[in-house]
Amino acid sequence: MLIKGRVHKYGNNINTDEIIPARYLNTTDPAKLARHCLEDLDKDFVKKVKKGDILVVGKNFGCGSSREHAVVSIKASGISAIIAESYARIFFRNAINTGLPVFILKNTSEIKTGDIVEIDADNGILRNKTGNKKFSIDPIPKFIEKIIDAGGLINYVRKKKVSKN
Amino acid sequence: MKQTITQKIIARHVGKKELRVGEFVEAKVDIALANDVTAPLAIEKFEKVGAKKVFAQNKIALVMDHFTPNKDIDAAGQVKKVREFAKKYKIKHYYEGGNCGVEHALLPELGVVRPGYIVIGADSHTCTYGALGAFSTGMGSTDLAAIFATGLVWLKVPPTILFRCNGKFSKWVTGKDLILHIIGLIGVEGANYRAMEFGGDAVGELTMADRFTVANMAIEAGGENGIFHVDKTTLAYGKNLWKKPDIYFSDPDADYERILDIDVSKIEPTVSLPHLPSNTVPVSKIKKIFIDQVVIGSCTNGRIEDLRQAASVLKNRKTNPNVRLLIMPATPKIYAAALKEGLLKIFMDANAIISPPTCGPCLGGHMGILAEGERCVATTNRNFVGRMGHPRSEVYLVSPYVAAACAIKGYIVHPEEM
Repeated sequence: MLIKGRVHKYGNNINTDEIIPARYLNTTDPAKLARHCLEDLDKDFVKKVKKGDILVVGKNFGCGSSREHAVVSIKASGISAIIAESYARIFFRNAINTGLPVFILKNTSEIKTGDIVEIDADNGILRNKTGNKKFSIDPIPKFIEKIIDAGGLINYVRKKKVSKN
Repeated sequence: MKQTITQKIIARHVGKKELRVGEFVEAKVDIALANDVTAPLAIEKFEKVGAKKVFAQNKIALVMDHFTPNKDIDAAGQVKKVREFAKKYKIKHYYEGGNCGVEHALLPELGVVRPGYIVIGADSHTCTYGALGAFSTGMGSTDLAAIFATGLVWLKVPPTILFRCNGKFSKWVTGKDLILHIIGLIGVEGANYRAMEFGGDAVGELTMADRFTVANMAIEAGGENGIFHVDKTTLAYGKNLWKKPDIYFSDPDADYERILDIDVSKIEPTVSLPHLPSNTVPVSKIKKIFIDQVVIGSCTNGRIEDLRQAASVLKNRKTNPNVRLLIMPATPKIYAAALKEGLLKIFMDANAIISPPTCGPCLGGHMGILAEGERCVATTNRNFVGRMGHPRSEVYLVSPYVAAACAIKGYIVHPEEM
């Protein structure tokens, strides 16, 4: 898997209230949720983001609520992948389960807004085309790879064992 | 192998005697929970799985608490969708309207969640039930959809941090102050992917309400679960709710990743300043911060014990004219008890607004939204940017004692100064 895109860079502890405020959780419609993506962090984000862009952030991305709407909103805004120094557990699960590519880079300080980066997931390499630098990203555990390969948790379950009783 | 209570409960649910930390397993779920925000998305995903039935009609709980009473047409539409799903699949534990309360107060009260269970909820504060000696954690809607279909969840067995709490609690210090103190100590990511186990003699002194509060906020340190051992307090709580609970204990020399000793006698009433729960300081260190609103309630602090604490401070006093005081009993049963005990009279005499059981203002949903620049002192669990309304409003997290004192004075104050 090769993902290339323009970077939007933000900081640490970006929580689900900033990603999609609860006042908009009266719907599950991706298009409606995308309109308010990251609104309380940067109200201009939705104007700036273009399809295929990549979100690069610091530590503990997606902490807070379990709302999967956060992942839905980010995906529908056009973001193609996230690179973070670490993720809050529930957000990470939600991203894996719904097929939003998420990667861990121990230190994201050398990547800034506007850079063009390329993620070579198979080889665990991230190239910053703008600064012409190469970084190694953390490998994905085998069990999680099975879910990704199936195309998300729903497909994984469908293939496996659905309650027949 | 020496194991923690968390390892043992998970092992039991995969049919094994023991499990190594870091192992990936598929475990049987005893209760799967979702609410009016997360259930609609879970239902959409469930329909994609193609299952004809849910894994067990009596093991799914759907609690319509977040926007109740429904705040607008879209919110009402979400509840309608869940209600129809509950009818179609004959879900036993469906709660809406007058039998509905804040999920994490309601389900223990009804005996739906029990010691030794694995409870998975599409709500991050599902970790609350660890107070009962259950393995209980929050996940997203897709995970819930998969459980609805299969009854199974994938887990990575977490390492455990033991918080060994000893000493005597000072006056005015509650479970809320203990957990805020701990979050301040280890940070909002301090227990990410980890079990938080609460032990030591001081824990035995905590009421069930306090234990629910402590376990509830494990997620604010990133914790996968927060867990207590079952003791006589737990058994007394469950006496009329369940028989023969499934009880597990950590081995005395279990392999903890880290042990933190907490001397609770050193903890003061504590406040989390905006905009992270880990920004904690003792209330006594705060200079006058004037406030516009006080919220007492939520899955963190909306139980009858919490309302009693608030009432003890508010009795024969009036809310400051610059402050709106909102009190939200977390369930109908708690509401009825507060009425019977005369607490609601005390609140009304203090010019408080008494709200129906709802998550409402805690998440900035409805019923108590903040304007730009407004400040709120709350017994809730999060103070992120925009949590209760405008992105430039502020939330300060405290115990019910402190919240009540702030409502009277109009600024952040130690209850001792009443």
